[in-house]
Amino acid sequence: MEATYNYKVVRQFAIMTVVWGIVGMLVGVILSAQLIWPTLTEALGPLAPYLSYGRIRPLHTNAVIFAFGGCALFATSLYIVQRTCQTRLLSDGLASFVFWGWQLIILLATISLPLGVTSGKEYAELEWPIDLLITVVWVAYAVLFLGTIVKRKTKQIYVANWFFAAYIITIAILHIVNSIELPWILGGAGAWWKSYSAYAGVHDAMVQWWYGHNAVGFFLTTAFLGMMYYFIPKQAGRPIFSYRLSIVHFWALNFIYMWAGPHHLLYTALPDWAQSLGMVFSLMLIAPSWGGMMNGIMTLSGAWHKLRTDPILKFLITALSFYGMSTFEGPMMSVKTVNALSHYTEWGIGHVHSGALGWVAMISIGSLYYLIPRLFGREEMYSTRLINVHFWWSTIGVVLYIAALWIAGVAQGLMWRATNADGTLTYSFAQSVNAMYPFYTIRLVGGTMFFAGMLLMAYNVWKTVAAGKAVNDARIPEAVHA
Amino acid sequence: MDILYLLIPISLALVAVIALAFLWAVRSGQFDDMEGPAHRILMDDDSFNPEQDAQSVKTNINAGPDVKAK
Repeated sequence: MEATYNYKVVRQFAIMTVVWGIVGMLVGVILSAQLIWPTLTEALGPLAPYLSYGRIRPLHTNAVIFAFGGCALFATSLYIVQRTCQTRLLSDGLASFVFWGWQLIILLATISLPLGVTSGKEYAELEWPIDLLITVVWVAYAVLFLGTIVKRKTKQIYVANWFFAAYIITIAILHIVNSIELPWILGGAGAWWKSYSAYAGVHDAMVQWWYGHNAVGFFLTTAFLGMMYYFIPKQAGRPIFSYRLSIVHFWALNFIYMWAGPHHLLYTALPDWAQSLGMVFSLMLIAPSWGGMMNGIMTLSGAWHKLRTDPILKFLITALSFYGMSTFEGPMMSVKTVNALSHYTEWGIGHVHSGALGWVAMISIGSLYYLIPRLFGREEMYSTRLINVHFWWSTIGVVLYIAALWIAGVAQGLMWRATNADGTLTYSFAQSVNAMYPFYTIRLVGGTMFFAGMLLMAYNVWKTVAAGKAVNDARIPEAVHA
Repeated sequence: MDILYLLIPISLALVAVIALAFLWAVRSGQFDDMEGPAHRILMDDDSFNPEQDAQSVKTNINAGPDVKAK
């Protein structure tokens, strides 16, 4: 029998990326509407508590990062590692386990977070039983991915796999160290799931942001760069601008990223030197980040005309532009004097979404549009025109979103710090909240546009899948190199 | 800030692991060819090929038997 690739797990994760993207972004739209109309969900009567802002905010972050982003990463990494190593995944059983295990985790999160079951750690709200499950599934994923690299048929490991490997290993360490907690077993039937962090006070805050920032660094950056280094050259039909630069990009990013976490805790009880260290490393990050961005964009040099006609390439290249923007903005915001103005304001949320929607979501969407026809035996997506419409809705949506929150954040920061001649505050806090209404409204419009784009994508994917045949499984071609 | 006695060793250990991985990569010839890998992924034609991928079956994402690799 001929050797084939395992496309099934890639297909499953690819479809679920679209599904969870819609769910996660819908929750985001509801949240942004609640900021304008705080009593919006109270009409739901007995259901209202489960949809209150405090409960569905972690649902939104978990759904978009770990369900949407996670599924996108599983799909692309498991596709790329097979195609570039020219070998089938280590084990089909393990692949199935990773898929169903991850879906179970997402389902448990979707139930437990609205019920108010939370450990209270940002981006790590899930309680200890789910934490244990995440660990098991993640280790299975690590064995699956790294095991496939080990049995590769090629000598060199393509750079995208380096990025994925670093992300898989680092996320395992981050998750385990940050989630060390004591289950409150005395809680009995009513609260057996409750746990308390092993760390306390500022120590907990430091571990939390060591985790939190590196989750951004390795989950939302490094891993999606792996996606970028494969799909941009493939879609453009040109080799990466400089393979050498991509290797330098990889190692530089890895050595520097680990230390930037304290920039989330400027002007807190954290020792001053630790704050300064975090700021300096954050500034240093501009170099590898921009090196990588240039490398991706310059891949198109000599083929810029493709951007006019190919909406998939538009998604991928625009994603890189947002990556460049947010990796410049981030270090700037970690400068103490800027942070004094920006911290705790809407600017932070704007920055996150410039990265999350502009970079993470757009690179994933572009990659999926590349991937889905190949997984379902079609030459291309059902409608290229719809991809183009999706691209413009997304781009305009992100721009409205982040521009509104830039203005909102700076206005908020300035209002909070404004003092009268006698030293009293010029504005009450409620006045600064009141000033947010127009910007919250623009943000809701931008977010809704991005969400609507995902619905278009779902329709396009549906039509592609319905007309296609699932490829079970693609044949591994004869070695294409000496 | 006793927590730094935990976090700094973990970070240093991680950097040591990264350094070892880097050394292994250099010595095993991962970076000997700085042009080939970039071109090689383009030579891999992953577009759908009806003749090659003849084992396709009409199915939804979960339905249908997966053809096992041998």
